[in-house]
Amino acid sequence: MRKLLLYLVIITTGIVFIARLFYLQIYNTSFVSLSEDNAIKVIYDYPQRGAIYDRNARLMVANQPSYDVMVIPRELKPFDTLEFCSILSITKEKLVERLRKARVYSPRVPSIVIPQLTKDEYAYLQEKMRKFEGFYIQKRSLRDYQTTHAANVLGYIGEVNEALIKKDPYYLSGDLIGIDGVEKIYEKELRGIKGVKRIQKDRFNRDIGPYKEGKFDTLPVNGKDLTITLDARLQAYGQTLMQNKRGGIVAIEPSTGEILAMVTAPTYKPELLVGRKRSPNFTKLVYDTIANPLFDRGIIGEYPPGSPFKTINALIGLQEEVIDTKEKISCRMGYYYGKRGQKLGCHSHRSPLNMIPGIANSCNAYFATVYRRIIEKYETPQEGIDNWRKHVQSFGLGKYLGNDLATGKRGKVPNSEYYNKIYQFPTYKWYASATLSNAIGQGEVLATPIQLANMTAAIANRGYYYTPHIIKAIDGKPIENENYIKPKITTIDKEHFEPVIQGMHEVYTKGTASFLQVKGIDICGKTGTAENFAKINGVKTQLTDHSVFIAFAPKDNPKIALAVFVENGYWGARYAGRIASLMIEKYLNGAITRRDLEDWVLTHSLEEEYAKPYSGKPFKINQ
Amino acid sequence: MAKSSVAAIDWITVLLFLLLVGFGWGNIYSASYEGETFSFSDFSQVYVKQAYWILLSIVLIIVIQAIEVKFYERFAGLIYVISILSLLGLFVFGKTISGATSWYAFGSIRIQPSEFAKACTALALAKFLSDMQTNITYINHQLRAFLIIALPALLIIPQPDPGSALVYAAFFFPLYREGLAAIYLIVGVSAATLFMLTLLFSPLWVVLSIAAVMIFVLIKKRKQKPKYSKYILSLIVITGFCFSVNYIFNNVFEQRHRDRFNIVLGKEVDAKGIGYNTNQSQIAIGSGSWTGKGWKEGTQTKGGFVPEQHTDYIFSTVGEEWGFLGASMVIILFILLLIRLIHLAERQKSQFSRVYGYSVIGILFIHFAINIGMVTGLIPTIGIPLPFFSYGGSGLWGFTILLFIFIKLDSNRVNEW
Repeated sequence: MRKLLLYLVIITTGIVFIARLFYLQIYNTSFVSLSEDNAIKVIYDYPQRGAIYDRNARLMVANQPSYDVMVIPRELKPFDTLEFCSILSITKEKLVERLRKARVYSPRVPSIVIPQLTKDEYAYLQEKMRKFEGFYIQKRSLRDYQTTHAANVLGYIGEVNEALIKKDPYYLSGDLIGIDGVEKIYEKELRGIKGVKRIQKDRFNRDIGPYKEGKFDTLPVNGKDLTITLDARLQAYGQTLMQNKRGGIVAIEPSTGEILAMVTAPTYKPELLVGRKRSPNFTKLVYDTIANPLFDRGIIGEYPPGSPFKTINALIGLQEEVIDTKEKISCRMGYYYGKRGQKLGCHSHRSPLNMIPGIANSCNAYFATVYRRIIEKYETPQEGIDNWRKHVQSFGLGKYLGNDLATGKRGKVPNSEYYNKIYQFPTYKWYASATLSNAIGQGEVLATPIQLANMTAAIANRGYYYTPHIIKAIDGKPIENENYIKPKITTIDKEHFEPVIQGMHEVYTKGTASFLQVKGIDICGKTGTAENFAKINGVKTQLTDHSVFIAFAPKDNPKIALAVFVENGYWGARYAGRIASLMIEKYLNGAITRRDLEDWVLTHSLEEEYAKPYSGKPFKINQ
Repeated sequence: MAKSSVAAIDWITVLLFLLLVGFGWGNIYSASYEGETFSFSDFSQVYVKQAYWILLSIVLIIVIQAIEVKFYERFAGLIYVISILSLLGLFVFGKTISGATSWYAFGSIRIQPSEFAKACTALALAKFLSDMQTNITYINHQLRAFLIIALPALLIIPQPDPGSALVYAAFFFPLYREGLAAIYLIVGVSAATLFMLTLLFSPLWVVLSIAAVMIFVLIKKRKQKPKYSKYILSLIVITGFCFSVNYIFNNVFEQRHRDRFNIVLGKEVDAKGIGYNTNQSQIAIGSGSWTGKGWKEGTQTKGGFVPEQHTDYIFSTVGEEWGFLGASMVIILFILLLIRLIHLAERQKSQFSRVYGYSVIGILFIHFAINIGMVTGLIPTIGIPLPFFSYGGSGLWGFTILLFIFIKLDSNRVNEW
């Protein structure tokens, strides 16, 4: 018994110790990270963000160095706040608040105190830096814009927000990230990968050399340079033409789906959103709710497409064999339908017309007839509408294009469900005539300018399109994304396109845009004048029509297809047509011969028109 | 001398000793090296010094084995007296290092006599208990035994080095083995338990709950006519003890002692201040996980986050760099050594050897238990080294002498009749 006691005590002690070790080393894992925090300092080496070039290798976006003042709260020692604040020209309250926030974020992990110093501030502060323990300067690179255009395409970079830091462990507080446009979509390619250096520290927080001889350190990987499909000169020209107007231009190369220009107006200069000025400038842009410069009208402005949409109805009519190119339809200043003699008005032109002059003269009666036949070919209007919609959607309308732009809208192409709902089917019945405004691209149909440009490209290609995209090459290697290099085929057979294109050609040679011809270029186009309404002080008010124009050129082997929207620009050829014609000339010929036309566009402003509804006085439209 | 006692040396114990010393040195090297290349002539490095101490201890071992067994038994008293004198001499000639006057300094070499006093006391106690006339069941013999043990302890406390003094509790083991009444054990353990309980809760609550338990027991046993006076007497003693513990803790203890207890009892959390050692040591061990970070790869060890890591906290290096497997290995090695020693002690035919053996076991065990307990945060900080492992020449030599005298005694058993 006396012998046993000692055995018992010794073995129990051994078991207790091993259990304790198990608890400390295996069961309780919190010590592992504590130890890392304790002994290892991580330093990041930020790589250069990739540059952005246009399709002709013109540099659009480069980098400039920027210096952030960072703080590691737990390493802070008392310092001369007055001097610190005066060097960085901030108030003491602000400094105290920022330090508090940094501490709340993490006492160990660095946070930004002052972002993006200028070179001069940096030079001065660097001399003094060792006086302020716990602070250090982190070099990063900021954007340096070589262009004053295309802000909506390029997007901008800014500090990551906390939600993203939580979601993606790559990002740390104070890191910069692409927030919009190409910067956002191609963030991963542009940013590169930051390098990591781990430094072993002793208990006095002194560096005592690389952790494990740098076994876990990584070198930064530079960001990749991007070539985008934009033609910087065309983009700039488009923005110039759109000054003092609101709307969008989207130009696409039909043979590839590459976006040549994507203009929105009004817009802002990209350099406004760089560095420390970004925040106040951004606020200004956001609060301009009337001109709305951050609203990219080219890709998220949903407008009634107006008459350009007639080309699609013509194509569907031919495909569904409800009309041929020869049949003439009469027009008596409009199309009359229904028992009560409703009328869809038209302007004055020769009558009757067959398809090609019907397109050239944009005859409403012709397309109302064709549209009704398309719908009424089927037993019920529901079937008819859904079949029609299938054709329309094959042109990329009424759905997301699935491209590499930061944002987008579906537009709208109504289906039978939609009409069943608004007409309360089956309590009440509805017929093709109730949806007649679809015939002329008014009413329920909505499309964004990029969708119209894409539709134009599909017509130009005689039956297929490539998803419009902005990326051309990454690091010099052309893209291989199937989505962008495989054509999307429409539901319309190739042979039906020729008469429609002929009609669009006659728009220029004889029709509504005959004064906009460019010597030596066979342009095909279609004007549009879209009625539109807005809520002014809670009352639905009709405003001056939107001026719409789609075009492609040359007629054979087309190089450019575009859609132009000018809000409240009145009839199609007035603003949009002129702008489209100038854009085509600029792109294909490189120079403008019609100076008078250019001057007209540059000198005409619609600001007065835009101010009208908000003046509080009664106003007239379409003047 | 009939047979060679060298052949009778217990090589298992020697092997365990070598494993512990060797592995210990490896960890001291890891804890103190700072990237320089190893050189035997660089005496500024603690691991170089320790290497020499280890090599010299082998010489020491040979000397110990060469000396006649009879020498240890005959001169035990004299050795003890010399040891006591060396402790007394510290009050006059001692050198003070970090607050404790525990060393003699001869140039750059420092000797800590308290490390040797343990072996000397063990010899003296063995000599006393093995005397034909000694009977440990007699109170006055018990008192004399306690005196032998308490004298060096009392001389060590004022150095101040209460940790080393506490080690003398180890002599309870040989005394108990030789027939000391179990009541001492019961009283001792109860006192320690009450002490802890009193610190955790207030003395009033402890007394009240013990009284409640007693009343419950008495009600259950009332038919067997229990002796009420016994219960009442023990309750009075307990009450007195609890309140005096409370008084001593609050008024006699110094703040640093109170802090150490409070941290282990979880009454106080102070990771940066006084709890720093314990906290850092636990972080280091905890970060080791299953297999550790590898030799010389411990980030905590390299950063020097654990104070005294090459001495009292050497086990945290084992935990960090060798992980759960390595640290458990060390524990198992110690347990094996202790069990082996019990086996050796039990096979001794002479009472002198057995008492000495049990003293060795007790001393090693107390060191082992307190040190590992402290490093893993199970008990309050009591700064005593881990035998064979911790850096320190005196410590290593003290333990070597302690152990190898016993091995010598054991090897001689074949010659005793």
